[in-house]
Order: sequence, then structure tokens, then C-alpha cells
Amino acid sequence: MSQSVSSQRNSLRYRSRLLQPEAERRPDTHPLTWRLRDDGEVVWLEEYLRKDGYQSVRKALDEGDPQAIIATMKEANVRGRGGAGFSAGLKWSLTLQGGEMPRGYMICNADEMEPGTFKDRLLMEQQPHLLIEGMILGALANNSFYGYVFLRGEYVESARVLNRALEEARKAGWLGADINGSGFDFDIAVHTGAGRYICGEETALINSLEGRRANPRAKPPFPGQSGAWGKPSVVNNVETLCNVPAVILNGADWYQALSGDRTDDGGSKLYGISGPVEKPGLWELPMGTTGGEILDRAGGMRGNRQLKAWLPGGASTGFLLPEHLDLPLDFDTVGKEGSRLGTGLLAMAPQEQSMVALMRNLEEFFARESCGWCTPCRDGLPWTVKLLRALELGQGETGDIELLDKLAADCGPGLTFCAHAPGAAMPLQTALKHFRHEFEQGVSKPRGKAHQDPIPVGEV
Amino acid sequence: MMATTPQTTRIIGSDGFELHPADETAMRKEMAHYEQPQAACIEALKIVQRRYGWVPDGAIGAIARVLGIGPAAVEGVATFYSLIFRQPVGRHVVLVCDSSSCFLTGFDELKQALVSQLGIDYGQTTEDARFTLLPVCCLGACDGAPALMIDDDTYGPVSPDDLPGLLEGYP
Repeated sequence: MSQSVSSQRNSLRYRSRLLQPEAERRPDTHPLTWRLRDDGEVVWLEEYLRKDGYQSVRKALDEGDPQAIIATMKEANVRGRGGAGFSAGLKWSLTLQGGEMPRGYMICNADEMEPGTFKDRLLMEQQPHLLIEGMILGALANNSFYGYVFLRGEYVESARVLNRALEEARKAGWLGADINGSGFDFDIAVHTGAGRYICGEETALINSLEGRRANPRAKPPFPGQSGAWGKPSVVNNVETLCNVPAVILNGADWYQALSGDRTDDGGSKLYGISGPVEKPGLWELPMGTTGGEILDRAGGMRGNRQLKAWLPGGASTGFLLPEHLDLPLDFDTVGKEGSRLGTGLLAMAPQEQSMVALMRNLEEFFARESCGWCTPCRDGLPWTVKLLRALELGQGETGDIELLDKLAADCGPGLTFCAHAPGAAMPLQTALKHFRHEFEQGVSKPRGKAHQDPIPVGEV
Repeated sequence: MMATTPQTTRIIGSDGFELHPADETAMRKEMAHYEQPQAACIEALKIVQRRYGWVPDGAIGAIARVLGIGPAAVEGVATFYSLIFRQPVGRHVVLVCDSSSCFLTGFDELKQALVSQLGIDYGQTTEDARFTLLPVCCLGACDGAPALMIDDDTYGPVSPDDLPGLLEGYP
């Protein structure tokens, strides 16, 4: 290969990066990222230990009280960073253990595929030991004997870094039998996937881990009762687990105080932004930072574009408007606006962007990634795409928009096994609410004969 | 965890497909990570795919024998996951991210440029068997959008002008 070809390959290669210099990141305010290096190189075990690595595991093992870990996590109210926002401590308190119950599994959901989300990759590629440390604490609290990092297949670099870090941790006695002389056994394997967004749904993830098609399972039983191979299993997102070590070391009050008086949700958050902005990127900021502050950090919209609408945390969250830029981005506040915080990585749509086209793109994604288990999702999403494609071309029929309303309602919460269909419905419903006129402009034809009547529109 | 059992016989699937001994060893090593061997199914498919570029029909039965499960279960998994290829692909697979952040930053132009430069659309392979083009879920490279992946390498942001030089790196 010629030198110029190889140098072009290198210059175009994607590298995960945090847009905050080391000087700005401190242990007491940036628990997720203060150890990261400005040069973007991996923080391996030696450096990690120098930077107080594995101290929380040492502390927890010394104290020997798994229930205290759960109590601290509940009190800190660390909410699930994969997007659902469920309290990790509460989840852990529901894991069956004790008595005749066999020890179960600690599973890290590293299947990061939510469109617009690029945060877990950074943590795994540059600071693998923080995740391992968090998983050990999770295993202690939930009495897990083995852990898996369920990693999406495309994250080749994450797999390489994690496997080397796991080997380092094993050699140093942080994983394996009798961790640090405590009598506690726990080890971790990296399980890589082979595509499909649905693998990020926790019960579909367990099916996939077991070597099956990634269809979701009915809940209950919840994974904490009966998960992988029928054993109590805990599934937590990468960023969630990376919060645990500092919470255990510094306590719930410290964690709560990280967000100041911005919001009731505590801690810091990896916030990011993408789309046509000047400097798309990723930062660790206090929970409750506003969309406006994040957009400012990104230098505003690219080339004087005007912001039209934005998704606060992935494709499965609802559209917000420029007027929502002042809201603190926490789980409850965003929820009240008819959206969800999701993963907290913003995607910005400029004024000239057709919302019909953007919705068509989003629903094509959801339709393609539906696992096909439930009818509203399997059949409703391709139908939605078909209607949106017609509207985009200005060939919609009278009644199409009402039909979209109905299809979205049919995908609502509780009507399907998992949150995939509700996730597809939320951006559509908010787009129809805020930008209905754009959809109406795509209607040019009377209702076709084939469509007259057979579908009762308006009621679920 | 499962104990690894030593390899005793040659594993032959349908169509005279014979599993490479090194691949069987790799599969058995994966099986040791799980309570039940079926969990190594996706990895087993990927092991075969790394050798042949795709998963030939005969490999399904061979993998089923190694894992001790039915071929239908293996085929069900093989056809579910988008990165397992059940038909031949080119020497290099180009995965274009078509998710929202890339869509907002020039995916359409990038995809059009790929289609015109390669002369193929999604699911097709160039006549010289060099490239196969496929769409992919958000690559998690949204601060480098629009992004694409060629084999194991992720690139972004990629403009249509970058493509000729970039593709040249994959003979």
C-alpha cells in the first residue's frame, strides 16, 4: 500500500474523544473521566492503580457487606444511563439471592446502538478498568459468580482493549478466584454480538447471550429473578457501572451533590451532541446541564444554521424544540415534556431539514431493526415507513396522517413485549404534534379505493 | 463453566463441508465461557466467517454438531443477525451508517457516491468480488458523522471526495 493511501486511512480513522482537557477534569467532579488522558491513549492497569484504581473494590471487600453497597446505590439514586433511567440500586435490591438461590450473572450492556449515541465506546476504549471495577462491585452486591460484557460486534477496538485489561486484572488478582484474598470469586468474559439494535433490550440481550435469536422475553420474571440460564442476572449499561466505584468510595451524598441545585437527579453525565453543529463532541457535565449549554460548548449550529428540533437522547426519544434548550436535561424534566432523556446525547436538526424525511429515516431504522416478535412492531413499522415515503414525495393520501397517528398509538407502551415499538412511536408522535403541517403538505391525493374503510382509524 | 472436550472426529457438515480443526478448537474454547454450549453459536458463526468471508451452507450442520444443538437453531441465529453473512460477500465489506446523526450530516451524498463509485447498491457485491455494500445501525461515531466501516476499521467524518483514496486501501 502506498504511503499516501495509508496516511489517508489514518487521518480519516474515527477516534473516540472527550472535548475536555485534563486540567478541567477533577476526581471530585468528574468521576467518569478524570483519569482519561489528553492524548487519548488507553489508561492501562499501572496508570489506573496510580490514579486510585480499584480502591472501591478494596474498600467493599474490607467491609464485606454487599447489602451496604446496594443501600448506598439506592440512596445515591444512580439512574440507568442506557436510557431507561431506572434506579440501579433498586434493580440490585430486587435480585434474588441467599438461601438455595444459585449465584448468578453480572452483565454489562455494551451494545451501544441507539442512534446518536457514542459515549460507552469512549469509556471502554480508553478506560477499561473503571468498567471492570464497577462490574466487580455489582457482582459483590448481587452475588454474581460470572460477568459478561455484551459488546456490539462493530466495536472491534473496545473488544481489544477490554480483553487486554481483563487479562491485566486477572494477573493482578482483581479477577478470578479469591479476589484480593477476600474469598470472593468472580471473572468476566467479553461476548461480542453480530449486529441488531434489539440486542440492547435487556431480555433480548440475554437471549442473544444464550446463543438464540434476540427476541425479548416477557417480564415478569425479571432478569434479577430469572435471567441468563434461569439464574438471577443483572444487566446494567456501561456508563451506569462506571458510576459505581466513585459512589462506593465517596458516598451517596457526594454523588447527589455533583449535580448541585440543577436537578433532583444526582451525579454527572456523559453528555454529547451531533448533527450539523460546529464541534460535535462529548463532555462529562453535571446531571441537569441544559441543552443550550451543550449546544454552546459545541459552538452552536454549523454555519449559522438555525435549530429546528432536537432529539435529547437517541432515536427513541421525542423531539424537543428550541424553546426547550433551557430545560435541565434530567430524566424527570425531559419526561414531562413528552420526551425522554434517553442516553443524553443530543442530535440537532437544522431549520431546512424536512421533518417528514427525518421521520422516514428514523422509522426505516426502527422497521429494519424490529425483531419481528410482536405484530404492531413487525407490521406497523414497515407500514409507517411506506406512508412516510409517500408523504415525503408529496404523494400521500387523505387520511394518511390519521393512520400514522393510529399506527404510533398501536405501538404504545404495554402493547408489545419490549420498548422497541414505543421507542419508534415517540419521535413520530412528537413530530406529528410539533410539525403536523409539514406532514399535511405531503397529502395530495384522495383516499385510494383499496384504503377506503377497512381500517378503523382513531381508536386503539 | 463447561469443560472443553478434546476433539476426536472430523466435523463434516452437508455438501462435504469440513470444519477446519483450528476453527473447532476455537469454538470449543468459546464454549468454555458459558454454562451451555449454545451460547457460543454467534461466535462459532463468526469463526467460520473469518475463514471464508461468509457462512457456507455446510457449516451450519458442522457448527450444530460441535455445539450439540439442532441445525435449525444455528440457521435461525445465522439468519437473524445482520453481520452474519449467509451468502458470499466481497473481500471487503463496507458498512454505511444510515442512522439519524449521519442522515443529518451528509449520509445521502456519501451513499450516492459509494453507489456510483462501486457500481453496486445495498446487498450487492462488485463484479471483481472486492466490495460488498451494506447499511448498518448507528456506528457510535456520531461526532465523526457521516461514518462508515470497512472491515474492522471505522472512519468518519467521510466526505464523498475521500472515497477514492480510502477505498484504494482495500485491494
